[in-house]
Amino acid sequence: MSKEHVDMSVPVIEMRNIVKKFGDFVANDGINLTVHKGEIHAILGENGAGKSTLMNQLYGLLKPTSGDILVNGKKIVMNNPRDAINAGIGMVHQHFMLVQPFTVTENIVLGSEPMKGLTVDMKKARQNVKELSERYGLAIDPDAKIEDISVGMQQRVEILKALYRGADILILDEPTSSLTPQEIVELIQIMHNLTGDGKSIILITHKLKEIKESADFCTIIRMGKYIDTVDVDQVDENDLASMMVGRKVTFQVDKPPIKRGPVVLDVKNLHGVDYRGVEILKGLNLQVHAGEIVGIAGIDGNGQTELVEILTGLRKGTAGEATVNGVSIYNKSPAFGFAHGVSSIPADRQKHGLVLDFSIEDNLILQNYEKDPFARSKILQRDAILKHATQSISDYDIRPGNSEKRPAGTLSGGNQQKVIIAREVQNDKDLLIAVNPTRGLDVGAIEYVHQYIVQQRNKGKAVLLVSFELDEIMSLSDVIDVIFDGKIVSSIPGGQADENELGLLMAGGKPA
Amino acid sequence: MKKKSFLDIVSENTFIHILLSIILGFLIGAIFLAVMGLSVGNAYGRLINSVTSLKGFSYVVVYSVPYIVAGLSVAFSFKTGVFNIGAEGQFVVGAMGAAVTSILLPDLPKPVLIPLCFAAAIVMGALWGIIVAILKTKRGINEVLSMIMFNWIAFYLSNFIAGIPGIKNEGSAEATKSISANASMLLPKDFIKSAGLAPTANWGILVAILITALIWIVIEKTTLGYELKAVGSNKFAAEYGGINVNRSILTALGISGGMAGLAGALYLMGMGNRISVFSSQEGFGFAGIVVALIGCSNPFGVFVAGLFYGALMYGGSKLNLEGAPTQLINVIVGTVVFFIAISVIFRNLKYLKRKTGKGKEAMKA
Repeated sequence: MSKEHVDMSVPVIEMRNIVKKFGDFVANDGINLTVHKGEIHAILGENGAGKSTLMNQLYGLLKPTSGDILVNGKKIVMNNPRDAINAGIGMVHQHFMLVQPFTVTENIVLGSEPMKGLTVDMKKARQNVKELSERYGLAIDPDAKIEDISVGMQQRVEILKALYRGADILILDEPTSSLTPQEIVELIQIMHNLTGDGKSIILITHKLKEIKESADFCTIIRMGKYIDTVDVDQVDENDLASMMVGRKVTFQVDKPPIKRGPVVLDVKNLHGVDYRGVEILKGLNLQVHAGEIVGIAGIDGNGQTELVEILTGLRKGTAGEATVNGVSIYNKSPAFGFAHGVSSIPADRQKHGLVLDFSIEDNLILQNYEKDPFARSKILQRDAILKHATQSISDYDIRPGNSEKRPAGTLSGGNQQKVIIAREVQNDKDLLIAVNPTRGLDVGAIEYVHQYIVQQRNKGKAVLLVSFELDEIMSLSDVIDVIFDGKIVSSIPGGQADENELGLLMAGGKPA
Repeated sequence: MKKKSFLDIVSENTFIHILLSIILGFLIGAIFLAVMGLSVGNAYGRLINSVTSLKGFSYVVVYSVPYIVAGLSVAFSFKTGVFNIGAEGQFVVGAMGAAVTSILLPDLPKPVLIPLCFAAAIVMGALWGIIVAILKTKRGINEVLSMIMFNWIAFYLSNFIAGIPGIKNEGSAEATKSISANASMLLPKDFIKSAGLAPTANWGILVAILITALIWIVIEKTTLGYELKAVGSNKFAAEYGGINVNRSILTALGISGGMAGLAGALYLMGMGNRISVFSSQEGFGFAGIVVALIGCSNPFGVFVAGLFYGALMYGGSKLNLEGAPTQLINVIVGTVVFFIAISVIFRNLKYLKRKTGKGKEAMKA
């Protein structure tokens, strides 16, 4: 990649020998980072390597124990994000900071609303937001409420929020984790537009491919230590992966040959509407057999969200049928589906998967709190609940250990996901629906999650995998069903899929 | 390890935070006294003396019972994610339910009539809560709005019933008849006299203790409590996990309303004796919100907070003996609630600190 848009003579951000300690614990141990004007600089590291800690210092959420931060060559001390915003730094967090009942426009202008007298000039705000979204090609519905829109659109709102505040230096924390391959291509284009405009971008990610495709330089952090800063053109993905984890990494998932059993999930002619009441599922047919993983590949907004919501009882379909082992689960409650063989790893783990205020032990019994041994005569049996949690924490390597009584909200994203996986795999239902199960996880955690999904398949369970990660779909699925415009338009055996062909089908093209 | 800052301690330890709020409340009260040219020592001395004598303390206990139970009602609603601002109306209809039961069936023996009055109060209060819950779950009507309106419906309904012949006092008083002696919870007259207790000394506090323990058990130990708390903390995850969210909201408001109704009965059968025609809302249910806040929605905390509130109310009524206005107590209570309510600010400050903690968790992971 040419670096002509990078002005190497002008460092906009310099972090010098940053050390951040929490008590005795050293989260950042002498990290250096230099970002130039017009540069896309990736920061690579596993979950918990200290990337977020470093960026939180740059965004004024944390103060370094020692070390200096320079913005445009001037040493500054940031006490809060307001200082960072004033210095032209914007941050898009991995977990969205959006007000759910507010509209897209309200969220974007929140705190910097255009005023008309004493009231907010919503008309102007809406206009500004629309212009901004069109200028950078980030498609949004300015009047939709956040609680009604997809994770993908929420992400775009977050990016617009930072842009709206006039950030010159954008910190993007896992920005692509919820985007489809096409959207990622678009985002990379947007990032290049921005850098072409003289803005600089710091990209926190553990997706090596995206670093290769978008970044100019990459700084690698491991266990809080600065490893290296490399010119992305000079390294390949394997080099980056080994620098990140400190050992060789395999990207391949080992799967024994398929032993396909009878049909478990049978969806026939399913129709459904989205949050606006617009028909989005238009007669979808789908089958998942025992012992196979069926991956649903598609661009966000083609009905996969609604499909999963109907199958898990969160949304009513308008017509059609869905059975599990011959029992209709169509338009029944989540509890009914669960009782008849459906378990799921939901797309939004913090909204649907966990009660964040609840302890890990209580989260682990979410569907089973009424059942023996966890409850007898409606009284919770704390000893049994604790024992179950201790066992799950050790079996599923949930960290930190001894965390049975800790609120789930205090865990890292990867470990929150492990809590859900531990629960759903132990529920051991005939059908496992996994939606973006590795969203925001690092390579190590992804390996682990994949292993458990494949293990369910090997045990003869049916797995329906819905993911925006094409690589994940391709490496795990026995059958790939492509969803487009509310229907399955194509069904391809897993081993024979080709990324370009899939991409074409997902965009509504005809198979070659 | 860095020394913990004052802010850390206050925001992490709810007990200290509440204690601090109470101290600040009294400090502000002292400023008012000083501005009025009154002796702070005398006024607060009177306050303390009036509640620490045996008789004074028995008054405090009597005063506290309805506050404790109303506080438990609101605290239960907080735990389950609904805000029962309708405790006021549920208290009123509960008291009226008990009054009407006792007036219509005055000759039933004590062991039958008292539980029957309690039951009538609980049913009325629960009904008042459940109607609002149905409006919320079936029609999506905001529960806070409908509860405030239901408080007024209860208010006028109570005044209406108090005027019905047969219920109305035959004398000149604008009130119901007195409740039957068989529905009274007062301790025996001779005992009260010989022990030197308040004339309204009654065994309602035993009910309050029982209810406190019961609510704690329901919240902490039962599957019902698990369900209600799950819905209160994250209704999406609760629904995903198979919990019937609407039924939980109905149950939560039913239980909360029933408690508020019971508080009304305990007030009536302990110290009220009859229900007057109200000229304004009496505020027991609203006091329940204050008590729940001071008690941090923890049942035992609410019990202590209810006693504290009762002490302020009783002691406050003695302040005029020192020339201080009794409204001073409202200033103190208002200030305490204000400082507790701004815990939101403490929490937000803590949230920023917690982000540092989060980094640490992530590092460990």
